Amino acid sequence: MSENKNLWVFFEVVGGSPKIVSMELLGKGKELANAVGEELVAVVIGNGVDAAVKIAVSYGADKVIVVDGADYANYSTDAYTYALEQLVGKYKPSAILLGATGIGRDLAPRIAARLNTGLTADCTGLGIDTDTGVIQWSRTAYSGKLIAEIECPEARPQIGTVRPSVFKRVPPDLERSAEIIAEDIPVPTGLIRIALVEKIEEAAEGAVNLEEAEIIVSGGRGLGKPENFSLVKDLADVLNGVVGASRAAVDAGWIDHSHQVGQTGKTVGPKLYVACGISGAIQHLAGMSGSDVIIAVNRDPDAPIFDIADYGIVGDIKEVLPALTSAIKKLRS
Amino acid sequence: MNILVCIKQVPDINELKVDAATNTLPIDKAPNVVNTLDTYALETAVRLKDADPEVKIFALTMGPEQAKEALKSCLSVGADKAYRLGDVLLEDSDTLATSYALSGAAKVLEAREGLTFDLILCGKQTTDGDSAQVGVQLAEHLSYPQITSAVEISVDAGKVRARRETGDGYEVVETALPAVVTISKTEYEPRYASVKSKMAANRAEIPVLTVADLEIDTALIGLNGSPTKLKNTYVPQRKKGGIKLEEENGEIAADKLAALLSDAGIV
Repeated sequence: MSENKNLWVFFEVVGGSPKIVSMELLGKGKELANAVGEELVAVVIGNGVDAAVKIAVSYGADKVIVVDGADYANYSTDAYTYALEQLVGKYKPSAILLGATGIGRDLAPRIAARLNTGLTADCTGLGIDTDTGVIQWSRTAYSGKLIAEIECPEARPQIGTVRPSVFKRVPPDLERSAEIIAEDIPVPTGLIRIALVEKIEEAAEGAVNLEEAEIIVSGGRGLGKPENFSLVKDLADVLNGVVGASRAAVDAGWIDHSHQVGQTGKTVGPKLYVACGISGAIQHLAGMSGSDVIIAVNRDPDAPIFDIADYGIVGDIKEVLPALTSAIKKLRS
Repeated sequence: MNILVCIKQVPDINELKVDAATNTLPIDKAPNVVNTLDTYALETAVRLKDADPEVKIFALTMGPEQAKEALKSCLSVGADKAYRLGDVLLEDSDTLATSYALSGAAKVLEAREGLTFDLILCGKQTTDGDSAQVGVQLAEHLSYPQITSAVEISVDAGKVRARRETGDGYEVVETALPAVVTISKTEYEPRYASVKSKMAANRAEIPVLTVADLEIDTALIGLNGSPTKLKNTYVPQRKKGGIKLEEENGEIAADKLAALLSDAGIV
């Protein structure tokens, strides 16, 4: 067997704040590491990450490796791959888990190829063979119509990205302490080849982080007109959720593509997904069928969305949504 | 400027239905199409060619004999030349082995055509494997910079500039060519072929590259050269039918639903 040991979680930090999925992965990672008697190590890369390191400790990391420097203030494929490559060479972990976020999905294939090892993307389930330490990665393929179980039996480290919301966060323990290892990894001149020209954060109203959202209310073509997205927004607000959309609504120009859920949009896994006026084309289902609870509101009783919905209302969006918003408001008060 | 567009032939996801009797997914029975986001990658290349007639577009796929149909479809909407990398030695390659073989093919094509691919475009991910790994790993094998999830690109003075999707919006980035860019859903739709261009594409020769043509280490391709192994596949259990409310009006239905959600502890 290889000399590689310990399970790493790439603890993703953006603008000083860790991603929720990274906290989820520390919980699951702890379970896997314990099963094979290894340590759970959080790897934090960024600039000014002290607060994030404390959070990683509170969520169960036995050790935290920290790479803190101005070169890492913004994510870049080249610098982050370089840093991970150095760290893996020095510490030789048995496995690395990353969140299947925009950054995780950009970084993981690059570092896996750099290390000539196996990567399984977008996992929805993880197990481990306690004798061999081989991780069993489960993921969907063919737009969720098939589950594939994948292993990386020999190459190390085994690498996988895991979808947000697959695993639940364990309660943090603020009293925990852990060994913090600071690694100084200066980025060689010219290594970063991609220049950031402009960051386009959406206006506060439109700001959307669908991938990590716990509650999503999505609108589709069945809304009838773009103005009716305000009904979707109202319901999302009362539920403390964010607004998603089907491709049809995006293509019609009713809402920006960054809200799109589905095959050519984002894959989401919230606790609650409300589909309003969305018929449920397979491309849309591919992006949201992993939601814990699905509610569908649609005028067409035969819409395919009802096949996967836990709760459905057959009715007119313009009637149902305001009524649902006020009924939930009443419940809350 | 020379653009290489890497595409994949995949089963048409719309035609792919679980066989209820056997609870299996009959992948072989579905008709094959060019992977959706690959068609956006090709359209992106063709738009660059529309603006600059000096642009040459090469389409490349790795796949079995039938994949030549996908390449013909690319030729019919603007690719100038198409190559298929096909060899039994490549069967069951995972993403690392596939991207390695593609990098070898790209180098051989450059030598054969006497040019360099300034820009390599790939669809961000496929509808079959959905992994979004091959484009990025191709960039690594070629030691090129990568831009992922681009929705708009432009090329000027030896640089490619792209608007790309991030977790919380967009950013504009820039890098020197050569580079690999993976394309997400763009605002524009792929064009259709004309009858004439279809007929011309049908007549076109699609040269085949085999592993022997490439300068690659055969220990790193195929099933044995793939670090990941597929152990099992199965059709996930479908959710049981939920509760569907059909009431007199929206208000009654909404009140009933709110009560149900409250009882279930959902809101």
